[in-house]
Amino acid sequence: MNIIEKLKKSGLKGRSGSGFPTDLKWEKVKKTKAPKKYVICNASESEPKITKDSFILKNYGAEVIEGIKIALKTLKAEKAFIYLRQDFYQKFKKKLQKIIGQSPIELFRKTGGYLCGEETTLIESMEGKRAEPRKKPPYLAEKGLWGFPTLINNVETFYYVAKIAKNEYQNTRFYSLSGAIKNPGVFELPENWSIAKILKETNNLPRSRFFVMAGGSKTGEILIRRELNQPVKGAGAIIVYYLKKTNPLSLMRDWADFFYQENCGKCVPCREGVYRLREILKKKKPDWLLLKAILLVLSETSFCPFGKMVAAPFKSLINKIWINQKHE
Amino acid sequence: MNKNKKIYPVKSSAKGRGAARPLFNRVKIVLDNKKVLAKEGQTILEVAKKKGIEIPSLCFHPDLEIKENCRLCLVEIKGEKELKTACSTIAQEGMEIITHSPKIYKARKFNLELIFSQHTEECDDCVFKFNCQLLNLAKKYNVKITRFKDRKTKRPIFQFGPIVFDQTKCMDCRNCEEVCPVDFLEIKDQGAEIKIEPSKEKDKDCVACGQCLVHCPVGAVESTGEFESIEKPLKQKDKIVVAQFAPALRSSLGEEFGLAFGSIITGQLVAGLKKIGFNKVFDTSVGADFTTVEEAQELKERLRNKKNLPMFTSCCPAWVKFIEFYYPEFIKNLTTVRSPHIILGGLIKTFWPEKEKINPKKIVVVSIMPCTAKKYEIERKELKINGLKPVDYVLTTREIARLFKIHKIDLEKLKPEKTDHPLGLPSGAGVIYGSSGGVMESVLRTVYEKLTGKKLLRLNFKQVRGEEGIKEAEISNHHLVKVAVVNGLGNAKIVLEKLKKNPKAYDYIEVMACEDGCVGGGGQPMPVDKIIRKKRALGLYQIDQKKEIRLAHQNPIVKNVYQNFPPDQIKKVSSTYYLKKSKGQIYQLKNSLRPKKFYA
Repeated sequence: MNIIEKLKKSGLKGRSGSGFPTDLKWEKVKKTKAPKKYVICNASESEPKITKDSFILKNYGAEVIEGIKIALKTLKAEKAFIYLRQDFYQKFKKKLQKIIGQSPIELFRKTGGYLCGEETTLIESMEGKRAEPRKKPPYLAEKGLWGFPTLINNVETFYYVAKIAKNEYQNTRFYSLSGAIKNPGVFELPENWSIAKILKETNNLPRSRFFVMAGGSKTGEILIRRELNQPVKGAGAIIVYYLKKTNPLSLMRDWADFFYQENCGKCVPCREGVYRLREILKKKKPDWLLLKAILLVLSETSFCPFGKMVAAPFKSLINKIWINQKHE
Repeated sequence: MNKNKKIYPVKSSAKGRGAARPLFNRVKIVLDNKKVLAKEGQTILEVAKKKGIEIPSLCFHPDLEIKENCRLCLVEIKGEKELKTACSTIAQEGMEIITHSPKIYKARKFNLELIFSQHTEECDDCVFKFNCQLLNLAKKYNVKITRFKDRKTKRPIFQFGPIVFDQTKCMDCRNCEEVCPVDFLEIKDQGAEIKIEPSKEKDKDCVACGQCLVHCPVGAVESTGEFESIEKPLKQKDKIVVAQFAPALRSSLGEEFGLAFGSIITGQLVAGLKKIGFNKVFDTSVGADFTTVEEAQELKERLRNKKNLPMFTSCCPAWVKFIEFYYPEFIKNLTTVRSPHIILGGLIKTFWPEKEKINPKKIVVVSIMPCTAKKYEIERKELKINGLKPVDYVLTTREIARLFKIHKIDLEKLKPEKTDHPLGLPSGAGVIYGSSGGVMESVLRTVYEKLTGKKLLRLNFKQVRGEEGIKEAEISNHHLVKVAVVNGLGNAKIVLEKLKKNPKAYDYIEVMACEDGCVGGGGQPMPVDKIIRKKRALGLYQIDQKKEIRLAHQNPIVKNVYQNFPPDQIKKVSSTYYLKKSKGQIYQLKNSLRPKKFYA
């Protein structure tokens, strides 16, 4: 069985957040005819409080490189790049270079901010352009880095590719646990475990009332106690907040600041919407109707996934936490 | 003025026998519940426009790349959860598209409100006062313009040369940044702080072509004096105020008054100018005839001496500045002949007053031009004749239209009048100057016989006409004369780099900074795109076709001046020199505190 078939059988999905089936991505790059192809390992881990990629690079560097090498061979790609966050680059440069040896794998130091975790933005920044998302189609599997078909996978994905090649994959994934818990950190656990089970098994289930943000740390969804019987989506982050100790408004202000800082400024709903979102939230009594209208255009009309994701945390927090607190 | 000229592949003829296949494959789609055939590869926006369905699109411009950042052209596609942008989505077989629905309406309306929140309205002297896309959309979508407080009111206003860039109005669509042929406008910062700024780099300067202006959807760019000081030239009561109008004007000004693209309104324009108070009206195309004759003479001499070849045209002041600033090593290649309106201005202040016994100091010359760079050109000190500027004011096509509107003149309804004697009747060659390839064609008509010894039978040099980026032609003689017409400064760079490697690639080169020549100039009516420019150019070629005299040197006015005016005087009026330029000043202005003058 070749590796793409193995990937398909394993059901491995991209671990960066979007959850695209890995075998399809590989298949598409493989099928596209071109004089050159590239492989990129995305190690830009840009959302705060998600630490699984650095954990993997630190502990399983060899497996990640092995996964990249498999991709190079399978896709007959010319070269691979590991797109490393600035501090990762400093921390892991020597170690990774030692593992890489003579292989055609190059380390690339990340240039931009949060958005560079998004694959098309990552490629724009590698080409030395403004760190902004690119129009799709054409997809990166057809026209990626410098116009050549490119495979981009997350650090964790490559790690599991190596595992799958050796038939050692046991349907696990990495979770970044943080927030109001006793035992924060990165855990490798079965991917079908529910959030409740993960918290329980890692001895992290809070005693008092709480809610979590699951998926991303800023772009995830707010879930309350009774919604925890589902697995984590996205990048596998779980952040726990105490209900009593958390002020939803200041939490939202915090998010708005983050999105204001990190948005690229390309499209109207995101650039202007986030600006107004932040402005509205700064007020003592925010105009919730207006806020909702902004969230609507953000999720409906933004250019890239980033803008579309901005709305999710706000919507879920408002609907599940803020409304209840107001009536208490 | 695309930096990377798009090349469209020409479909090869159908293989095999049988009837020729259609040039394009067609796809069937459903547009607003109607079955529609679209060309393969067409975007939804293009199909809708063809079918008369209006989809708002601010950042989209046919000349430019699709950027899809204004998020207004949203449509629903059956089977897709999210709204899609019509400008970027290719129509595909079986697609069912809805262009108007409550959901779409709501999203467009809110995005419009967000756009208004960054656009500080200053409608009164805006270039879009009478045809503002934003306001039209505001009405259509019941937009609350003041939903949010304008957030950019304290942003700076920049002036560089004759161009004013107003950040308080900018909606960050980036059309200007893309269209700028010299990358002078730059995107800075990110997020809500994103801004377009004139470059601070020492090796970049604006060439004043004004393409940023005509490609801006919200009027954030204008030229100096637009429209605060348009009445100034006419208020000098003790002076003789003379107007001259550029070739391109006659086939484009009509658009401002609702006429079809390319309508010819020379006579009405003259009548209008007279009506608002110009004492005399001459035709810049007559100046163009002088330019042609002088330039043909210089070309002949340079070819004979094999010196400073290839010779470059110099009618386009943006191109001249481009050479002086970016490629000074080519200054010697520029023809020393002045541009048409400067020559005519010179004649108006020397030849004409001498004949009419007027004091030249009493004459004010106003050039009406399709161009913003001409505002910069008249400030060049080396052009002065006997201490006088050949041209005192430049008004753009837009400015003269506004002036007519202020005076409540509907151009269409005026009875056509003739231009004044003795500098009013051009040859056909002088008229086509307004189109890319026009200068070249005029000079070739004049110089052909002298170069080849054969009589010129066909006057139309079709090889140098049209919309291509670089047009080449050869005139065979006992030695070959190779000419090129360069359409847009982006292409000029390519040709200049080629010349660096092979200096003998050409003998004579025409360059116009704006795409398709002056008809697409920075002072022209808006909107503008390839089709509109083509129609404007066609108007000029039609005038030429109908003229009895179509060769510049056969123009009786030209003959008259050469017979009755001393050669040294003609030299003074018609020749100039060029100097290496350093970077011009960028002024940062607070609202309405603009410097009145700038220096070339």
